[in-house]
Amino acid sequence: MTPQEMIERVLELSTADDNVVIVDEESSANLRFAGNTLTTNGVSRSSQLTVISIVGRGVGVVSRAAVRPEGLDDVVAAADHAAEDARPSEDARPLLEGARSADWDAHAEPTSIGVFGAFAPALGEAFATAEAGGRRLYGFAEHTVTTTFVGTSTGARLRHTQPTGRLELNAKSSDLRRSAWIGVSTRDFSDVDVAALDASLAQRLEWAKNRVELPAGRYETLLPPTAVADLMTYMYWTAGARDALEGRTVFSRPGGGTRVGDVLSESPIRLYSDPAAPGVECSPFVVAHASGRENSVFDNGLPLAATDWISGGRLANLLQTRHSAELTGLPVTPTVGNLIMRGPEGGRSLEEMIASTGRGLLLTCLWYIREVDPQTLLLTGLTRDGVYLVENGEVVGEVNNFRFNESPVDLLHRLTEIGASEQTLPREWSDYFNRAIMPPIRVPDFNMSTVSQAS
Amino acid sequence: MRQIDSDFLALPLRRLADAALQRARDLGAEHADFRLERVRGETLRLSDAALEGSIDADTLGYAVRVVKDGTWGFAGGIELSPEAAVRVAEQAVEVAVVSAAINREPVELAPEAVHSDVTWVSSYEVDPFEVPMRDKAALLAGWSGDLLRDPGVDHVQASLTQVKEQKFYADTAGTSTTQQRVRVHPQLRATRVLDGRFDSMRTLAPPVGRGYEYLTGTGWDFPEELARIPGLLEEKLRAPSVEAGPYDLVIDPSNLWLTIHESVGHATELDRALGYEAAYAGTSFATFDQLGTLVYGSPLMNVTGDRTVEHGLSTIGYDDEGVATREFDIVSGGILVGYQLDRRMALLKGLGASNGCAFAASPGHTPIQRMANVSLRPAPGGPSTEELISGVDRGIYVVGDKSWSIDMQRYNFQFTGERFYRIENGRLAGQLRDVAYQATTTDFWRSMAAVGGPQTYALGGAFNCGKGQPGQVAPVSHGCPSALFRGVRVLNTVQESGS
Repeated sequence: MTPQEMIERVLELSTADDNVVIVDEESSANLRFAGNTLTTNGVSRSSQLTVISIVGRGVGVVSRAAVRPEGLDDVVAAADHAAEDARPSEDARPLLEGARSADWDAHAEPTSIGVFGAFAPALGEAFATAEAGGRRLYGFAEHTVTTTFVGTSTGARLRHTQPTGRLELNAKSSDLRRSAWIGVSTRDFSDVDVAALDASLAQRLEWAKNRVELPAGRYETLLPPTAVADLMTYMYWTAGARDALEGRTVFSRPGGGTRVGDVLSESPIRLYSDPAAPGVECSPFVVAHASGRENSVFDNGLPLAATDWISGGRLANLLQTRHSAELTGLPVTPTVGNLIMRGPEGGRSLEEMIASTGRGLLLTCLWYIREVDPQTLLLTGLTRDGVYLVENGEVVGEVNNFRFNESPVDLLHRLTEIGASEQTLPREWSDYFNRAIMPPIRVPDFNMSTVSQAS
Repeated sequence: MRQIDSDFLALPLRRLADAALQRARDLGAEHADFRLERVRGETLRLSDAALEGSIDADTLGYAVRVVKDGTWGFAGGIELSPEAAVRVAEQAVEVAVVSAAINREPVELAPEAVHSDVTWVSSYEVDPFEVPMRDKAALLAGWSGDLLRDPGVDHVQASLTQVKEQKFYADTAGTSTTQQRVRVHPQLRATRVLDGRFDSMRTLAPPVGRGYEYLTGTGWDFPEELARIPGLLEEKLRAPSVEAGPYDLVIDPSNLWLTIHESVGHATELDRALGYEAAYAGTSFATFDQLGTLVYGSPLMNVTGDRTVEHGLSTIGYDDEGVATREFDIVSGGILVGYQLDRRMALLKGLGASNGCAFAASPGHTPIQRMANVSLRPAPGGPSTEELISGVDRGIYVVGDKSWSIDMQRYNFQFTGERFYRIENGRLAGQLRDVAYQATTTDFWRSMAAVGGPQTYALGGAFNCGKGQPGQVAPVSHGCPSALFRGVRVLNTVQESGS
């Protein structure tokens, strides 16, 4: 039974007032390696059916894996029963009227280990090159394809195929004291040049041969796109409209309401999402398997468009469901699966920013980022795999790692330069959020709270 | 003891395993294992006593893992037929063959006794999946309503997460195990907005390997804890901001479990110490060459690993490589004496048998070394928490976990908590705000000046410990007593933010 047939059958079987049926067909292939050798690998497939039944304002959600045709009755009955038994849902709204994807009837094409057909031999050659150069390569390559089908009792038949790929490459000196990292996101691995990536890591390990110990303190710091992506992604996740309205986030206005319209930066920053943005394309409609703070099952199929979160430095929108939009009196601006930040036109490359730095730190990436204080959105975390000292426009050595304590919202006020944006892989959050276009930024006084002995 | 659910036993477990393992043998695999799992999870969330969302979801599938010519091959499948299982076995062998070109380290596994046709079920009374969702929602709504009736509470988030894991494992050596375990995690968080500021307080009830009885009076007294939260939250909001500096800390088990998890649990995973997690989760300062010599902490520090303690989240009879679980020493008298192992790591370093720490998060994941219940032993006849506090002139008593972060070699950490009490001359003197403590792992554990007795011992834990690529989550508990640490650096988080 195809996913499309399964959806039609569920809609026939259900006795609920309304239904949303979601089928996720996922396939994945991966290679993991350490010390110039493979460690684990694998391919897997999954098929998940989610039946959302609605009776009055009650909702029942039952999601089952690998459902066979003869098992559909049980899943539908369980969802219908759960809806009949449920307390009223506060986000209950009429389902959206039907729209149909042009490729609704198409087959879901899986990925396979073959996606690494050209990449795996190149990685093997990189292992040999690294071995000869006294380096050890560690990392992970993964390719996943998820095709999501959404059908509703109000006629929607929507389909989206999402390829997600990433390579994380970490080079270490043979004594493991020097370490460098680079990550890329890709849709199909055809654009991954592993030899070039390895060469860039080799250069960073050379920089690290001169070791400089620095104490904790506030430093002028260049954050590369991956670090900016991790900080902005966390801020994006905390930008729920309802939480802001209820007075419990950094986007709450003291005394009531939200901070939409407030100036967050004197720089003309634009932070936005766009499902059609080249290289980071994502679902153009809402897919919600369950309701939560920033999503509602009743919004399934809602079209997504380019949405500004910060525009011209001002907070423009917050993450909304139709329900929270009514509560806040703000536009319906649901979560989108990518995030893009841009500064003024003519932003410089990271290399140009290094060249214009008198004395400062250049980070590779951030790690283990956690929220310390929601009031200010203070985050803590570590630098990782290379902090470099820049003097008179050149990298002069590697510095010890630090623990930082910083708020991304506060950084927007304090940053003094926004470079040219590029597609990047958020190091910390790439398991959950892979599609980002971010600039490097310059912060005059980044708070390195303490030294980390990790190398 | 409860039995394994009949609908799981009715699945074609052995037919699929036999077909897959025979095909792997025929294709020349030195080792093959087959694991079929159903993981059922249910989450229920309420906001201000109204239903916010719920989902009842399961994962069902199986995996074949082979060692072929010294290289791993892994494949997962979902179609429950012998023919499909054969194809998955063929895929696993194909993955091994393709991967051989980039494998320079032949895979061998530590020996393990054959455990033939054994079963194991965790300790619980009431299957939470047999309790109607409506009843569970009503219980959480009632508790939320009780909190909201207090003028000191503006909002309440309530949730219940419950999981049932069912596993069938078989390998070419002849081991076959069938297991079932249940866990629950109820949480409520109250929030107050006051004078342009806000803060919150969460129940300290840890997630546990129990059934629904945990919500109805067995193992935790929720009504008693909830009745105290509004007053505690009010006090916290009006508390003075901490003065940064070094303090003696008495740390309650509700906070210390997480510090153990991050600074001892992960640091003593042998795969990390050997570099296999170097690009992601990280490595460890506790390198293998220091086994038996590293002074991890004060002589009062005795840490064990186990997957056997009743109601522990990591607890199970046999791991995902067919190894019988056990208790083992990690730190004795302050010295590093052991690591957490899987079969490959155990043989690689000549450590004999594995101690049973292999785990896969789902049928689609390959088993990796995951954390046992890593626990700090109490001092026999040791002091109560009040007695520990009485030995402190100027310090802070830390209760409940909140924010956590540690570096990739497990040196530098920073934690916050739910409540911080000032200690003055051996007595508690009200709550403090804006506290975080920060230390280097070995400095911290070497500063442990006293360990509480068994009467202070409690299990904490989490459902969602992350490790590996592809990312895997694992449940784990940590037992510990209250303990006293001297001269730990305390930060003021408001000052850290520059505000």
